[in-house]
Amino acid sequence: MSGLEDLYRENILDHYRHPRHHGTLEAPDVSYEDANPLCGDRIRMDFRIRDGRIAEVRFTGTGCSISQAAASMLCERLEGMSLEEARALSRDDVLDMIGIELGPVRLKCALLALKTLKAGLYGLAGWPGEDEDEERR
Amino acid sequence: MTPATGGAAPAAPPRTFDPRAVRTQFPIFREPRDRPLLYLDSAATSQKPDAVLATMDRYYATCNANIHRGIYRIAEEATAAYEDARRRVAAFIGASPREVIFTRNSTEALNLVARAYGGWALKSGDAVLLTEMEHHSNLVPWQLLAAERGLELRFLRVTGDGELDLSALPGLLADGRVKIVSFVHVSNVLGTVNPAAEIARAARAAGAVTVVDASQSVPHMPVDVRALGCDFLAFTGHKMLGPTGIGVLWGRRDLLEAMPPFLGGGEMIREVSLTAAKWNDLPWKFEAGTMPIAEAVGLGAAVDWLRELGMDAVFAHDRALAAEALGRLAEVPGVRVLGPPAGRRGGVVAFTFEGIHPHDVATVLDADGVCVRAGHHCAMPLHEALGVPASTRASFHCYSMSEELDALVAGLHRARKVFLG
Repeated sequence: MSGLEDLYRENILDHYRHPRHHGTLEAPDVSYEDANPLCGDRIRMDFRIRDGRIAEVRFTGTGCSISQAAASMLCERLEGMSLEEARALSRDDVLDMIGIELGPVRLKCALLALKTLKAGLYGLAGWPGEDEDEERR
Repeated sequence: MTPATGGAAPAAPPRTFDPRAVRTQFPIFREPRDRPLLYLDSAATSQKPDAVLATMDRYYATCNANIHRGIYRIAEEATAAYEDARRRVAAFIGASPREVIFTRNSTEALNLVARAYGGWALKSGDAVLLTEMEHHSNLVPWQLLAAERGLELRFLRVTGDGELDLSALPGLLADGRVKIVSFVHVSNVLGTVNPAAEIARAARAAGAVTVVDASQSVPHMPVDVRALGCDFLAFTGHKMLGPTGIGVLWGRRDLLEAMPPFLGGGEMIREVSLTAAKWNDLPWKFEAGTMPIAEAVGLGAAVDWLRELGMDAVFAHDRALAAEALGRLAEVPGVRVLGPPAGRRGGVVAFTFEGIHPHDVATVLDADGVCVRAGHHCAMPLHEALGVPASTRASFHCYSMSEELDALVAGLHRARKVFLG
């Protein structure tokens, strides 16, 4: 059926089967873990920060193909980025990377990695545009 | 109103029915769609037959008025319809109408017991015995009460087969501190049918009151509260072909009389002054404010419809489908079914699929119109105990067909191809 091939495009399956930047860092500068209580998806991200840039990033997690592929794609983008650039990444940036239409439930899966990144870089106090990220789901 | 038994008078038991004929009485299955609706999520909520929808429509069209208040004719008719629904529901579970309290759903019914009975009867140091198999609705109300009152929570564990480890029951009850035993009759994940009468007997002998979460049993099998020997029993309308927004708490009359009300407001009082009130008689003492009248009337119609179909026949149908599902799922490599063998479960089959997350399984199935539930099904501690983060669940009711299992199995093979190559 056509819907399925659209949803599980080759790039998503590729990142799901062969996740990039998968693993953990020894003594990371920042480490954060978040979960989606609805489905139990879980992502942890470790960061090494040098001169205001993300020198290294690794993620581990369990969950559906969308959540894990999104984390892999996001990490691929992150290395070398300045903290400001990383903090400025938006929901739409992530959806562009994934490149498929998602229903409301799977959207939460897709955005878990971004939420983990933002909470990790901003701390628990929240971040500019957080409500927008949440509500537009 | 007549279920699909070929239009003939009810035959002598054992009754059976054809789910294809049953389906014709459900508008959601008659609705034209670009792909068939293969609904395997009845443990979450059931579909509704014409009889229920028509009864509710008719209530609103002919006698909508607030109950127990108006002196005019349609108010009397509305009151009669509401109380008639209560009588039907009471008869359905072998109870007296006085002991049948309408609530919003099972969750509210269980909160009512925890708050009004537990909050009144239990004191610091007492214990409540629950099981690892519970839906969150039979865990969280007790957690809240325990934190507030200094109660101990104890748990019956689940065996590897997905059954309650009853060998621990005497030990858990031995010190006499357990005052309430609250447990699920049929698991919403494993389908396990727990020996409710046996547990209630042991609880009573130990001086504890028994609460049964019957959310997945009353909709699917014959349940008689006297035969169970429990003290409270909760279930919800929307899982038994009725509407959402209406649930039931049955309670033993002497306990309901003795315990204080749950919510305060109109209708639950006999007399009010500025500083005090006297409670209404049962069951209205526990029905504060305007109740979901049309929904109660709809539940009455659902109960009639199920009685005509025959609860023995519904249970037999569910179990046969579950047995077939277990056999079919065993053919799919990587699928592991949670819970007991077919003989000891109702119409619920949850499973894991090695290497594929339940969300992905459900998404692939949805592409073929197959509706299943994916996640922890509001039973996180149970999944934890079973060592799985989440599962995919197929569940049945009287309109479920073997053909839907064909689509389920075909979809699982397809999911394997998509994700595992």
